[in-house]
Amino acid sequence: MTRALALHIAVLVALFAAQYFLPPYHHTNIARIMVLAVFAMGYNIAFGYTGLLSLGHALFFAAGLYATGLGIELWGLSAGPALLLGLLAGVAIAAATGVLALRTGGVSFMIVTLMFAQAGYLTILYFGAYTRGDEGFVITRAARNLGGVDLSSDTPRYFAALILFGVGLLVNLALTRSNLGRSMIAMRENEERSRMLGYNPFRIKLTALVISGLYAGAAGAAYGVLFGYVGASFATIQYSILPLLYVLLGGAGTTLGPFLGALLMFYLIDISSGYTTAHLFVVGAALLVLVLFAPKGILGWVRDKGAKWLP
Amino acid sequence: MAAIILSARGLTKHYDGIKAVEAVDFDLTTGQVHALIGPNGAGKTTFVSLLSGRIAPSAGTIRFDGIDITRLPAHSRVARGIAYTFQITSIYANLPVFDNVALAIQRKGSKRLQAETMAALSRVGLADRADQIAGTLAYGHQRLLEIAMGLSMRPRLLILDEPTQGLANSEIEAFNALIREVTPQTTVLLIEHNMDVVMDLADQITVLNFGEMLATGTPAEIRANPAVQTAYLGG
Repeated sequence: MTRALALHIAVLVALFAAQYFLPPYHHTNIARIMVLAVFAMGYNIAFGYTGLLSLGHALFFAAGLYATGLGIELWGLSAGPALLLGLLAGVAIAAATGVLALRTGGVSFMIVTLMFAQAGYLTILYFGAYTRGDEGFVITRAARNLGGVDLSSDTPRYFAALILFGVGLLVNLALTRSNLGRSMIAMRENEERSRMLGYNPFRIKLTALVISGLYAGAAGAAYGVLFGYVGASFATIQYSILPLLYVLLGGAGTTLGPFLGALLMFYLIDISSGYTTAHLFVVGAALLVLVLFAPKGILGWVRDKGAKWLP
Repeated sequence: MAAIILSARGLTKHYDGIKAVEAVDFDLTTGQVHALIGPNGAGKTTFVSLLSGRIAPSAGTIRFDGIDITRLPAHSRVARGIAYTFQITSIYANLPVFDNVALAIQRKGSKRLQAETMAALSRVGLADRADQIAGTLAYGHQRLLEIAMGLSMRPRLLILDEPTQGLANSEIEAFNALIREVTPQTTVLLIEHNMDVVMDLADQITVLNFGEMLATGTPAEIRANPAVQTAYLGG
């Protein structure tokens, strides 16, 4: 077993053990953070590894959230098939967005993905009769049941979040060590060179974006079932920016960075909003410090300081 | 006569009225080393960029192995066996040396990626630097890495754009030996300013001047060609 794998397993074991010590409030928070970290890992696969700066990932998260939520509400699906539907929705929307948006690059890609996400948000509002627009809807407790396990109660919810996070993390680790992962990083580092080594840039970027959409869709679907609320606020630009912030804080292009970033940012907002209504000011100050002293994020900084093996 | 692996007909590239390459007819014989020479600005890099697909021609056709590849994107041409190494070193500067070469090898699918990559690095004498970040290599070593990446693709046609630029004499010797080793399995098209290398390696030489083909022939024929002497060799 390599150092990297040992570290990842240690993180998962620590998270497993944490539930026995955590007070209920933090217990729920960590479950939420693990789900958001899956979203951020997906974002990181596109941005951190492949170099695709998207401002539209809220769309993929919302696709998962709404496909699952509406699947339960409108078509009476049970949680299992509804989760699967959410996952597929994330993939399908990411693929469709990618096919169009990847005709551009750089800043244009940012703008185009932002436009798609805004269009998605407005679509949710437009079909308010089904989605209940801004207000959103609650998934009933009875529907949040997977194979007899009540996912609305604390312990199963924590477990479900941990399983999702664990699978996402280990798949991410495997991806970084695979040939596909290497060719994704190559695309970020030098696209022209990759093209002249025979790689089709469009195909590799689309693959990365679809995997990214799979993570975002899975996170959205799980969020709906675990926390029971589906609302249009999850489709706003804020939810495209959040994973970007998590990744920048934790370290772009590192496997554990998204989780670390989500954890720190979540509690930074949580704690600072206890003191001031201007908690975004604190977030801004933290980001400024980050950009000045550790532009590669916390784990990027650690990696530069000698831990080169950090994936 | 030996088989032609690549042929261009009427190949032309204009930039806003500037004729970078003008109606060039060009044939590459399978297994040969073919040198492309000419003064700075003669259109050599533009010409090979048209062949490799990095830029699209204004007119003309390119056939590789009997198939029209004029409209194929660069990555598809690479997949058919045309490899290109950059004049201005283009490596993955932030990645380890190993990954640079592994990327060239893995695309074709390799079950022994580790071993093959190390073998390719040994070939250019960089095996002991496999873990080093490529951007921190000395310039000459970066050139060698670039060549290693080109060779690792196991191309049928290898296009080298000024490969020996910035190499020490001993490294040039090693480079010459390397090229002799890969031919005739690989056809080599070489842009080169170092006339010793050209005369040493080339079976055929084509001279470009102002985007047009001035002459083509064996080294002896080119040396004896009065037009070439006037334009390039300085009489």
